[in-house]
Amino acid sequence: MTKKLSCRLAADIGGTFTDIALECGDRRFTAKVLTTPKAPEIGVITGILEALKRAGLTAADVDIFIHGTTLATNALIERKGAKTALITTQGFRDVIEIGRESRFDQYDINLVKPEPLVARALRLTVPERLAVDGSVVIPINLDQIDAHVRTMRAAGVTSVAVGLLHSYANPQHEQLVGERLNQLMPEAYVSLSSKVCPEIREYERLMTTCANAYVQPLMASYLRRLRDELDRIGLSAPLLLMTSGGGLTTLSNACELPIRLVESGPAGGAILAAHVGAKCGVDDLLSFDMGGTTAKICIIDNSEPLKSRSFEVARSKRFMKGSGMPIRIPVIEMVEIGAGGGSIAHVDSLGRIQVGPESATSEPGPACYGRGGETPTVTDADLVLGKIDPLRFAGGSIQLDAGSSRRAIAAHVSDRLGTELETGAFGICEVVEENMANASRVHAIERGKDVRARTMVAFGGAAPLHAARLAEKLGIGRVIVPRSAGVGSAVGFLRAPLGYEVVRSAFARITSLDIEAINRQFDEMITEASAVIREADPDAQLQSRRSVFLRYTGQGHEIEVQLEDRPLHGDDREALADAFTSAYIALYRRKIDNAAIEALSWAVTVAATGMATAQDIAFIRPDMADAAEPVSRSRLFDGQLGIFADSPVYWRDAIGTDQLISGPAIIAEDETSTVVTSTFCASIDANGYIILNAKSDGTGHGHAF
Amino acid sequence: MDMHSELSDIHTQIMWNRLISVVEEQAQTLVRTAFSPIVRESGDLSAGVFDMDGRMLAQAVTGTPGHVNSMAESVKHFLIAFPAETMQEGDVYITNDPWKGTGHLHDMVVVTPAFLDGRLVALFACTSHLVDIGGIGFGPDGRDVIEEGLYLPFLRLIDRGVKNQTLIDIVRGNSRYPTEAEGDILSLAACNDIGVERLIEMMREFRLETLRGLAEHIITQSRNAVEAQISALPDGSYSSSMRVDGYEQPIDLVATLTVKGSTITIDFEGSSGASSKGINVPLTYAQAYSTYGVRVLVAPDIPNNAGSLEPIRVTAPMNCILNAQRPAPVSSRHIIGQMLPDVVFGCLAQIPAIQPPAEGTSCLWNLILENHASTANGATGDFNRFSVLSVQTGGVGGRPSLDGLSATAFPSGVSGVPVEIIESISPLLFRCKELRPDSGGPGTYRGGLGQHIEIQNRDPVDFDLYAALDRIVHPPRGRNGGKAGGSGYVGLGSGRTLNGKGRQTVPAGDWLVVLTPGGAGYGAPVDRPREAVASDIDNGLVSAAAAAGDYSFGT
Repeated sequence: MTKKLSCRLAADIGGTFTDIALECGDRRFTAKVLTTPKAPEIGVITGILEALKRAGLTAADVDIFIHGTTLATNALIERKGAKTALITTQGFRDVIEIGRESRFDQYDINLVKPEPLVARALRLTVPERLAVDGSVVIPINLDQIDAHVRTMRAAGVTSVAVGLLHSYANPQHEQLVGERLNQLMPEAYVSLSSKVCPEIREYERLMTTCANAYVQPLMASYLRRLRDELDRIGLSAPLLLMTSGGGLTTLSNACELPIRLVESGPAGGAILAAHVGAKCGVDDLLSFDMGGTTAKICIIDNSEPLKSRSFEVARSKRFMKGSGMPIRIPVIEMVEIGAGGGSIAHVDSLGRIQVGPESATSEPGPACYGRGGETPTVTDADLVLGKIDPLRFAGGSIQLDAGSSRRAIAAHVSDRLGTELETGAFGICEVVEENMANASRVHAIERGKDVRARTMVAFGGAAPLHAARLAEKLGIGRVIVPRSAGVGSAVGFLRAPLGYEVVRSAFARITSLDIEAINRQFDEMITEASAVIREADPDAQLQSRRSVFLRYTGQGHEIEVQLEDRPLHGDDREALADAFTSAYIALYRRKIDNAAIEALSWAVTVAATGMATAQDIAFIRPDMADAAEPVSRSRLFDGQLGIFADSPVYWRDAIGTDQLISGPAIIAEDETSTVVTSTFCASIDANGYIILNAKSDGTGHGHAF
Repeated sequence: MDMHSELSDIHTQIMWNRLISVVEEQAQTLVRTAFSPIVRESGDLSAGVFDMDGRMLAQAVTGTPGHVNSMAESVKHFLIAFPAETMQEGDVYITNDPWKGTGHLHDMVVVTPAFLDGRLVALFACTSHLVDIGGIGFGPDGRDVIEEGLYLPFLRLIDRGVKNQTLIDIVRGNSRYPTEAEGDILSLAACNDIGVERLIEMMREFRLETLRGLAEHIITQSRNAVEAQISALPDGSYSSSMRVDGYEQPIDLVATLTVKGSTITIDFEGSSGASSKGINVPLTYAQAYSTYGVRVLVAPDIPNNAGSLEPIRVTAPMNCILNAQRPAPVSSRHIIGQMLPDVVFGCLAQIPAIQPPAEGTSCLWNLILENHASTANGATGDFNRFSVLSVQTGGVGGRPSLDGLSATAFPSGVSGVPVEIIESISPLLFRCKELRPDSGGPGTYRGGLGQHIEIQNRDPVDFDLYAALDRIVHPPRGRNGGKAGGSGYVGLGSGRTLNGKGRQTVPAGDWLVVLTPGGAGYGAPVDRPREAVASDIDNGLVSAAAAAGDYSFGT
């Protein structure tokens, strides 16, 4: 790094709260203010001023400001984006409605598919056609654009998606449409699919482009207003935006490709988990974030969260694959399931306990909140099993009523099963933990990963309550529980690398790769990505990482193979084949002889070196007691032992770094409790993290009966 | 009940969940490693775990109801061919017997025994559709099953860890796409391997020596739950019949559904006899789709296993089209088999508590397009040989409170293959693929729309269509006053109408025109809310003329 970014600011806009984190030298200051949905910049500015005040600094002292937001995601979920039109190839008006022609639930006769973002009346076509190699089959005729502009204006369209068949192979036709639209309709935003998502598969590409167009007016105007407000308070530092892929991008790029900003909050959480692991010297992690309504699980290899190039947003049947809009952008890959503290439990017609995805949310909340909730939730079960101290929950701000929990569990679960109350509560926790374990395993197999050799990083309000049992189920021997910062994603943003990824499809068998063409394409992609980084930091030292997505000819799913950061040579073809074969065997046990190998897409990530790792900050804590005594005792149910065990409760801040706590035990703090099951020991490390290690006597795995 | 046994009940539930997750992993592995586009893009596959008596304990939820009972039955046949006591660790078995597998030679069924500490504890089975199995290709023109391709009786694919190269070589030698065929067969073996690994891990974690107790629990609970729902229905017999196009002549599908106590029986007495063409259905496949037709309306939330399937029994007279016997040709059995839920719905609609949708396209409009040998069509020069199975769909019927789904597979749940992908694996070019206005059957709840599809060859040579398409003469019928959906059509760009069945040629320079059927309407069209009709007109789904005629709109 050529300049020292000593004062770094981050803001994360969530649905309810806007979180601010400010780090200066070795100190961190935070602020949490209510989100102001109509003008989100107001909440951000309020929070920034509050954090600056706490730090005794002025806006001019800030060297860099990193921002993430759920605004784009919420606009898609709540359908509050712009009136959008789509211009596409004649004969293909309905690509975004026809989709993949399947049903996401095979047994739901009343299934409803998500409405397309663009109504059919605003899906307009132009005569033109490209072939798969980008050659022109029918030259484009732009005459109808004039009439289309009249239609769009009459309908109040403010944003236009342009998506033509095979435009990933040749963007010229789309560019011609874009230029004509800029002339005739200069007030409208235009998104070209060859720019937003230059990848094969028309449904996914066009959906991504329509989604980009749909959120663009909203996001671009918000971001410009924010920039103005920042200038007004004298905060002239560069503004960088957190992307779903875990990198950072510039204001102008974010205004052009706002779809890349969705899910930036969870990405911040995964980056924070990677950072926590790195500080403990462990690189291969499973990050486990469990809040009130969902749990998110992410695999981290070598301190880098796994990336994917597609995900679904706004699932209509919650969490069911296929019920949302497919979006193809670089994204930190996570599984999200409907498992949180507020997830509701019931008994189904087979006499099985089911938990989630329905949630009691914050109103009325779990039965124990005493706000009228009558259905049992995971939090109610945690309370009955002795994991939560009813008087200390959420720092004592909500007094929990265990009687209501017991009544709700009895009425909806244990009486229906004919079991003891505690068995019902244990069943609720076991089912939700098993759901999370199964989701983790299926996710791991999809990526060819093994969860067992990993360290779990558990964060979010409900995660520490369930982490140890989840680790037992997954065969994981170590769990790290960082101190809750309350503003986790915003802190994660401060750890994000300044990096930008570009992906392009270029289809070829590797035996007949046009090496020169690929190298030219890489040069263009690096130039494109570098320009984004340079805009943020003109002096940055750049580093690029190249990869290719390969598969056997005839298959439908690709494997990413890393390349060296240099132009390809003629003799790399064989090395590529070898690298692919090894990766394939690692994933699926067997290689396929006689099958050709083909490349589908090429990717480059350009990152600024040096900026990713800010200096580590030791969290300043009140003076620790040398040897903590239990503050109380709890009757804690232990899944492995199958009994209630009289267990000590320790106050987290009172535990010394030299103290070893043997489970079953509870470590309590203001915002949550960490359950140490009978197979784990707990200690506090120099960072203030709780470290759970499986006991070495072999009880770390397997059941007591 | 004491705490200990209560806890083991909870653990039984957990293990049941785990078993379902294991077969989902098994299916995912197959999707990711398969070569046939119909498997990897469309999801035509199945995966499940069985106890040592061949009873299915869990099955992945994939897009193929036709594999539901058929794969479940198939494992019992494997156990006859390879008795449990003869199975060895590292063995893998295979067949594509249409009657003892999943209905046609293209579907390979692969079974792998799972051993725990040297003892057989379970069987994993999976099935997928191979891109080519020789014979005359994938179409209904075979005169018997022998002409339809290579038949593999129950064989050892892998013998104690050693791959049966002779078998692989025979398959390769008999397929037009040898590499893909080999790759697909190995992907089936690989996905079972993953299932076995995960099951053994689970059994070690829960210290199980056998699945017996778990199996009894799963089967009993599931059977009881389905029986309880059936028992709530009034006893009685309900008959229904439906006429479809067939090949040489129209075919009547006639069913009598009887609810008696806690069981449902369906008998197809009265249905047409076997066809001389490959649209015949082995009974196992007819049972699968009939059962699906019941299960989607009765107890749809109970997972498929030996217990939940047991209360529903399906029979058909010997040698009727739904119980064709070897050596009848069966390659395109899906076009008749997929009609069966509509026939079952016709019976169930007579029970007031049950409200089935109106009839839909029901059979997939798969376009099998090939250009086998360039010398045969007189072309000079080298042109790409290709064989493409392009899954296409029509409209689904209107529902009791919702419009039908447009361009959606039902009852099959497979996905279409993207146009850009088909064009990347063949010289084909789609001229259009759009919703087809006015094809949705009028009703209070309109039927879903079919599609208008046109396809040409970029190479200046002929290509062949292996047609197995239905509902061209007999469109889907409406329910409760709803009107019929639009009839299907297949023809040439130059104007000639083609037949819905059989191999036909699209001459060089000409192109294929396909209109898939629309779903039928539900309820009287005049009761459709006026704003819904207006919105359909705005969006070009219904023309103003049709709205005036069918819906008395604007008059």
